[in-house]
Amino acid sequence: MSDAPALLTTADGQPLKSALAHSQARSRRRAFLLVAPLFLFVVITFVIPIGQMLFQSVYNPGFIEYENRDTGEITKLMTNVTAWFEQNPQGTQPDETAYAALAADLVHLKATRAGGSVGERINYDIPGTRSLFTTTVRNADRLAPPYREALAAADAKWADPLVWRAMRSASTGYTLDFYLNALDLTRDETGAIVQVDQKVRVYVMLFMRTLGLSAAITLICLVLAFPIAHLLATLPLARSNLLMVLVLLPFWTSLLVRTTSWIVLLQSQGVVNDLMVAVGIIGEDGRIQMMYNRIGTIVAMTHILLPFMVLPLYSVMRPIPPSYVRAARSLGATSWTAFRRVYLPQTLPGVGAGALLVFILAVGYYITPALVGGADGQLISNLIAFHMQKSLNWSLAAALASILLFGVLILYWLYDRIVGIDNMKLG
Amino acid sequence: MTASNAAAVGEGFVVFDRVQKSYDGVTLVVKDLNLSIAKGEFLTMLGPSGSGKTTCLMMLAGFETATHGDIRLDSRPINQVPPHKRGIGMVFQNYALFPHMSVGENLAFPLEVRGIGKSEREAKIKRALDMVQMGAFVHRRPAQLSGGQQQRIALARALVFDPKLVLMDEPLGALDKQLREHMQFEIKHLHDSLGLTVVYVTHDQGEALTMSDRVAVFNDGVIQQLDTPDELYERPRNSFVAQFIGENNKLTGVVEQIEAGKALVRLATGEVIDATPVNVTHKGQKTLVSIRPERVEFKPDMMPPGAHVIGAEVIEVIYMGDILRARLHVAGSSDFIMKMRNTIGQTRLSPGQTVNIGWDPLDARALEPL
Repeated sequence: MSDAPALLTTADGQPLKSALAHSQARSRRRAFLLVAPLFLFVVITFVIPIGQMLFQSVYNPGFIEYENRDTGEITKLMTNVTAWFEQNPQGTQPDETAYAALAADLVHLKATRAGGSVGERINYDIPGTRSLFTTTVRNADRLAPPYREALAAADAKWADPLVWRAMRSASTGYTLDFYLNALDLTRDETGAIVQVDQKVRVYVMLFMRTLGLSAAITLICLVLAFPIAHLLATLPLARSNLLMVLVLLPFWTSLLVRTTSWIVLLQSQGVVNDLMVAVGIIGEDGRIQMMYNRIGTIVAMTHILLPFMVLPLYSVMRPIPPSYVRAARSLGATSWTAFRRVYLPQTLPGVGAGALLVFILAVGYYITPALVGGADGQLISNLIAFHMQKSLNWSLAAALASILLFGVLILYWLYDRIVGIDNMKLG
Repeated sequence: MTASNAAAVGEGFVVFDRVQKSYDGVTLVVKDLNLSIAKGEFLTMLGPSGSGKTTCLMMLAGFETATHGDIRLDSRPINQVPPHKRGIGMVFQNYALFPHMSVGENLAFPLEVRGIGKSEREAKIKRALDMVQMGAFVHRRPAQLSGGQQQRIALARALVFDPKLVLMDEPLGALDKQLREHMQFEIKHLHDSLGLTVVYVTHDQGEALTMSDRVAVFNDGVIQQLDTPDELYERPRNSFVAQFIGENNKLTGVVEQIEAGKALVRLATGEVIDATPVNVTHKGQKTLVSIRPERVEFKPDMMPPGAHVIGAEVIEVIYMGDILRARLHVAGSSDFIMKMRNTIGQTRLSPGQTVNIGWDPLDARALEPL
């Protein structure tokens, strides 16, 4: 026999591998057809929107394009000044040619009535510059050479190197400036990255608060869910099923109803405060503020996310036979040692799964903090919603959401490295 | 029986003194248990499921509390002692090896919680593993071991801290037949060489007979008979034990004559047979006569002189290798079994054939029906 195995063939001489592939092709096609609807659904509703969001966070053509809302026609804007930026490297002082190009573009803006949208784009980078564009565009016809002086006369800000830097950055459409904004950073005249003014720093603090609150909620959920899950796992099946219904009951009620009932309970004229006043624990003027702040957010979100912790814990605890703890006890361990060294380590896959699930859900939670959070209990998702709906700075919203997404992915990766994703049991 | 037990109670290494157990306050799972186990004894609790044998073991281990009565270990009442202070080694049915620890860590566990130093720990672990021929597996995880290997580790873990008493709760139930027989031998060997006191729970009567010094047959929360294996098999004291231990032929009838350890029983169909009265006392009493299939004879010259014989028709003969097993129609019922050794000169019976069968009166035990 030779060392290299001869190519195996079927009885009638076909290569075995192709015969195998042929014989299984039909069942493989059928298997694919079964998952095809889900595959399409995921691609259309999940992969494409996320891709679009990621793209929008690094691409904003507001400075160079204008889309007519009625006709859908796209007009190129700021072509002259964009051409000047391409010919001259970064750091070149804008000369008369540059100002002439800018003036020509401003005249074009007036004709296309796109001054507002271009100004908006620069306004994202330098707050307060929208009006710079709108007012200058309104009087663009009257600009005459020399343009540098004419524009400076129209508004001194046209001589500001920051404005020129922002225009250069916006002229390509592709930019990482929104990520800088989302991390409370900006660029100075030289293009170096610096922190924004103390007064307007908000995003990093909100990210930290979101992570902190989510961690707190996860911890509270774990502490509350562990005994419940253990009880459910040790009761006879008939009774544990009944209790499981109670755990799942919140899922059958609208999220809004549950959140509003917490408002009823916890507000300063609410049930809990009334009771404490009636019993005499606190005075009438000492009512505790538990709603529209962090306490409200933590309480309501813990309640809502608790089942996501109970279920994985239960599914891990149920198959652990009582004989493990008994064995540990008979071998001489106290009940605490038996719990810590024998029972707890076996529930870790459930703890990990539940914690990861609750934490990820909490990080992206929106409705509850919006309703009960007040100013103090807002999370990053509320700010993303604000930029989506109010300020219409979608690129910034996308950048914030992307940072959130990557943060969660990094946590997931860390979890995999430290605990191992194979050790996770979701149910 | 109660009198003889009462005499033993108070002297043994492990003593159950009038122990009762109820889970719901309505029914008793264990009814008035008196049992004394000597040091170094291998005692098996045998019985069908729900007979109270496992409950007794759990009370001894400390996982259940006795509703009434005393349990004493080495003359010390242990009712109030928590399980971890009893110093009893236990082997569980599913082995209960901690899946997140290696074999070595499993064995180190009872030593660590006792605060035994590292070097002494390692010596003890090595000794225990060598005892069950598993020395090479110290770094494996339980999941990487076969059922028999896990069983050995569980055994080593229960012995590594030198317990005074070892409890085993159906430890071989999950193994296949061959391995089970091999492990029975090994456990018995360990018991002999280490001088252990073992309380063993099983529902497998073969296991109970081969391993034990004494067997306690449980049914309905009561010890039906506590005896050595041969006594139990050959001289069952009541119908339950007779039926539970080994295969048995049952013939019901009425005592016709009874005197000096001999009885004549008239069956419902009119035949008369010989029997030894066990717990029947007077003429006219209803009785159940139990005869082991291997003690039934069909060749006239093998029967004791003067023994009564009874007509039987062969229904089927099954060839089982070492024995031939014949099902006979006897006294109106057709589940009478006779076993014959498969020897060269053995007469081969065939279905439809009629024979006369009989037995030594000592082998037919007239019992009170259930």
